[in-house]
Amino acid sequence: MDAIFLQILNGLDKGGAYALIALGLTLIFGTLGVVNFAHGALFMLGAFCAVTLNRLLNTSFDRVNEAKVDFLGKPLVEKVPYLEQWFGPEVSGFLLDWSVPISLLLAVFVMALIGVAMERGLIKHFYNRPHADQILVTFGLAIVLQEIIRHFFGANPIPQPAPDIVAGAANVGGLLGLGDNVYYPWWRLIYFLFSALVIGGVFAFLQFTTFGMVVRAGMHDRETVGLLGINIQRRFTIVFGLAAVVAGVAGAMYTPILPPDYHMGMDFLVLSFVVVVVGGMGSLTGAVLAGFLLGILQSFASMTEVKSILPGIDQIIIYLVAVIVLLIRPRGLMGRPGVAED
Amino acid sequence: MAVADIPTGETSEREFASGVPDKVLHIDDVHKSFAGLHALSNVDLDVRHGETHAIIGPNGAGKSTLLNVCVGRLPPDRGAVIFDGHVLTGKTPHEINQLGVARVFQTPEVFLDLSVLQNVMVPALSKRDGPFKLNPFAAFAGETEIRDEAEAVIASVGLADHMRDTASSLSRGDKRRLELAMCLIQHPKLLLLDEPTAGMARHDTNATIDLLKRIKEGGMTKVIIEHDMHVVFSLADRITVLAGGRIIAQGRPEEIKNNPKVKEAYLGEEQV
Amino acid sequence: MIATFSRSDWLLLIAFIVIVLTLPWTMQPIGAAYPDLLQKFAIYGIFAIGFNILFGLTGYLSFGHAAFLGVGSYAALWSFKLLTMNVLPALALSIAVAGVFAFLIGYVSLRRSGIYFAILTLAFAQMSYNLAYSVLTPITNGETGLQVRAIRDSAATSLRDGDVRVIDQFLGIPEIGVPISNLFGMKMSGYSGFYFCAALLILGFFLALCISRSNFGMVLKAIKSNRNRLEYTGVNTRPYLIAAFVISGMYAGLAGSLLSITDPIAGAERMQWTASGEVVLMTILGGAGTLVGPVLGAGVIKYAEQKVSSWNEGILHNAVALLPEPLQDLLVWFFSFFVGEGWHLTLGLMFMIIVIFLPGGLMEGFRRLRRAFSGGRSADSAKTATTSTVQEKS
Repeated sequence: MDAIFLQILNGLDKGGAYALIALGLTLIFGTLGVVNFAHGALFMLGAFCAVTLNRLLNTSFDRVNEAKVDFLGKPLVEKVPYLEQWFGPEVSGFLLDWSVPISLLLAVFVMALIGVAMERGLIKHFYNRPHADQILVTFGLAIVLQEIIRHFFGANPIPQPAPDIVAGAANVGGLLGLGDNVYYPWWRLIYFLFSALVIGGVFAFLQFTTFGMVVRAGMHDRETVGLLGINIQRRFTIVFGLAAVVAGVAGAMYTPILPPDYHMGMDFLVLSFVVVVVGGMGSLTGAVLAGFLLGILQSFASMTEVKSILPGIDQIIIYLVAVIVLLIRPRGLMGRPGVAED
Repeated sequence: MAVADIPTGETSEREFASGVPDKVLHIDDVHKSFAGLHALSNVDLDVRHGETHAIIGPNGAGKSTLLNVCVGRLPPDRGAVIFDGHVLTGKTPHEINQLGVARVFQTPEVFLDLSVLQNVMVPALSKRDGPFKLNPFAAFAGETEIRDEAEAVIASVGLADHMRDTASSLSRGDKRRLELAMCLIQHPKLLLLDEPTAGMARHDTNATIDLLKRIKEGGMTKVIIEHDMHVVFSLADRITVLAGGRIIAQGRPEEIKNNPKVKEAYLGEEQV
Repeated sequence: MIATFSRSDWLLLIAFIVIVLTLPWTMQPIGAAYPDLLQKFAIYGIFAIGFNILFGLTGYLSFGHAAFLGVGSYAALWSFKLLTMNVLPALALSIAVAGVFAFLIGYVSLRRSGIYFAILTLAFAQMSYNLAYSVLTPITNGETGLQVRAIRDSAATSLRDGDVRVIDQFLGIPEIGVPISNLFGMKMSGYSGFYFCAALLILGFFLALCISRSNFGMVLKAIKSNRNRLEYTGVNTRPYLIAAFVISGMYAGLAGSLLSITDPIAGAERMQWTASGEVVLMTILGGAGTLVGPVLGAGVIKYAEQKVSSWNEGILHNAVALLPEPLQDLLVWFFSFFVGEGWHLTLGLMFMIIVIFLPGGLMEGFRRLRRAFSGGRSADSAKTATTSTVQEKS
């Protein structure tokens, strides 16, 4: 029982990441009609916003410490962050400790900028091109983005710390009155709550604002909304920017769970597409549900008990589910009939 | 327009002339609803050998639904469509075509990237080779017989000058002619036409009517769905009027013209 | 079939043969005339020709073709390990295994079209890749990669570490050191390896030409143009698509086999979806749907990969040595993004530029150039140019 509960927890944070990426993909596909193969790269860029901030905060200068000597007997040269020089060790320590959550601010700003630039500069010209062209051009863009990151940050994963206060594991079992057997890392719990929050925010935005209503109407019936004389162009840009921001913050917050490297985007992209397809192309609820569902399914498939019966199942479970869903229920779990069914 | 031999329907005229007009297409008590909305109810319809049967009705009467049921695109909720002794219900479009039903779409559907000649040769190949025949070494250029026949059919619909042009370069009216040629080369037992003159200029419409009349002389059985009454009354042998998914009248053109129910259904819609 | 080839088809075929066979000389001025690279030209040319039969003719974009390449590689290696170092059984086995594999994947994937088809093929390829790295390690040897080894001493040695080669043993062919693949004694390395690949490239090109000019090819083009209309024309399109998928999978298997023949080691990274992306790029770079385009694209990309990835800052500095110092540094800094390890960046940019500006690929570019040059002449010649466009495409 505890093991099952733990696996569900295990699936939640990964599922959260899938759901956030899939949400953006669905928004873009539903409103703009574009298949964005660069969406994983946006997730990766978000993660590197966190890395960048951490690096910036760590920018140091050399200070000679007369009190200590190095192994050659010379005075020791220490690296001291500028932050420490300016604000003192306490503030700088706090900022560094909390660099991942703080980086969300940076990520929102940077990703909005990148999203808008991408839509204006590239995607806009592909609205009327075949899906194959959209796939190809965004695939090319994804390669370009990840290679630029590799140029600056190298090929190795760069671990990012979670704030000290939430570095340990939470006694989840105790919290929920299930006994003391279930411990789970705090940050993963936080990630799940965070993703739930962002998803809730996006849904509320779409549900309760006029802008969101138009977007939803557009996802339902693009032509009609176009006929209403609403400035679609500007809304497309904003939707794309929003999707980029969602992917970006998802990436930034994920860094303490998975040390980011330049090709993490591709790995997540393939899975997120599968999530979108399983959820139903064009269905936001479907994308979110399928994200969590597949995350949990994947963590169950990684259990030793399961693997001993079906070796290798953890490697392919998601793809397998996608294949089965596409074949027996082409429109996915929640897709409306007739939306991009073939 | 070059006049060449018009291909005739496979059904021999003997049967038609013999006075026993047996049914080519038999639509038996078909029902179809979408989300509780009855698009078709109790539709019974017979199409006889060699006749041109028009289905008319105001917008939303269920004409297109009926056609889609006939070609297997939509499965009916109840009832059956029987063609030439075969139940069409549940069959795929290519199976239905192989039985001898050809279709002209409301917006011309042709192979835009291929040349006019190729467009017409492909259906001829499918007629000869069946739904699937894998021989990667049968040269397309070696199909001289089919090419000659295709050239004749293309000439007969008046596209002789465009033989080698890509279909995408044709005007809408010419695309319609091309689509018609693609159907004619198959010598279908039944030709379904979905608003063959929709979106055409009057001149093109008249040319199409002439063309269809010449096919009619060949004795091919046709079902036409049409909005334009001028077209309907110049071509149809019999007319079925649909309204609200039901058949409200059926008969010869002159009977339909004077039918009060039909007038009522069309009131404010179009003058009959 | 051959009897119906038009004069331009013959010219195309002959020109292709001549160009391929003379590559060792014609490639000298650009520094590409060494067997290793020439082999790659031919092998990836085959891969791209096969991919084009699916994507170019039917318009179905597969993002999983690298899986067949990988399967072909492994099959060839197992033929080396178990049967003989002769390449013919390896080729036959690779093509057969890749064909069966393609049939299974194609049968399922072709239930859908468009984006869904792309994602399904991608999912299958990723599954194969993941499995090759995990549970299938006994067959693939995981990250280390599968290699040809010496004959094992005892049956206790696992087949991964020691080979049996029953046919070679039976025929009593002596082995000194690690054996090299051969065609009845002719070693498949260096130039003989290239000519073997080149012969198969020519054969592959010829078959693709036949397919393109056949009734089958015409149906595939009609599928790309309007699949719905074709169904209403009485054609059952699915088996045709499966056939095209299997044929292109077999080409990929052949290419994978040749990779193993010229360099007897196979790793799972060949199956990764970036590898699938590469063949897509080759095809669209050259011109999807054209006969020569994919081969051209494969050549350009393999050449650029070899060259660009070998450049470093030193070479860049030399290239701009005549410019003033600060400008030099700036240029070197800028171009260092694109060379050496940054080769993939160049690849990605090429991808984007081609899709954005030249969706018809290099062949489309050549046509435009030709039209631009003949533009000054009479309208008659312009008309011929358009007709030849149709000809080339069909």
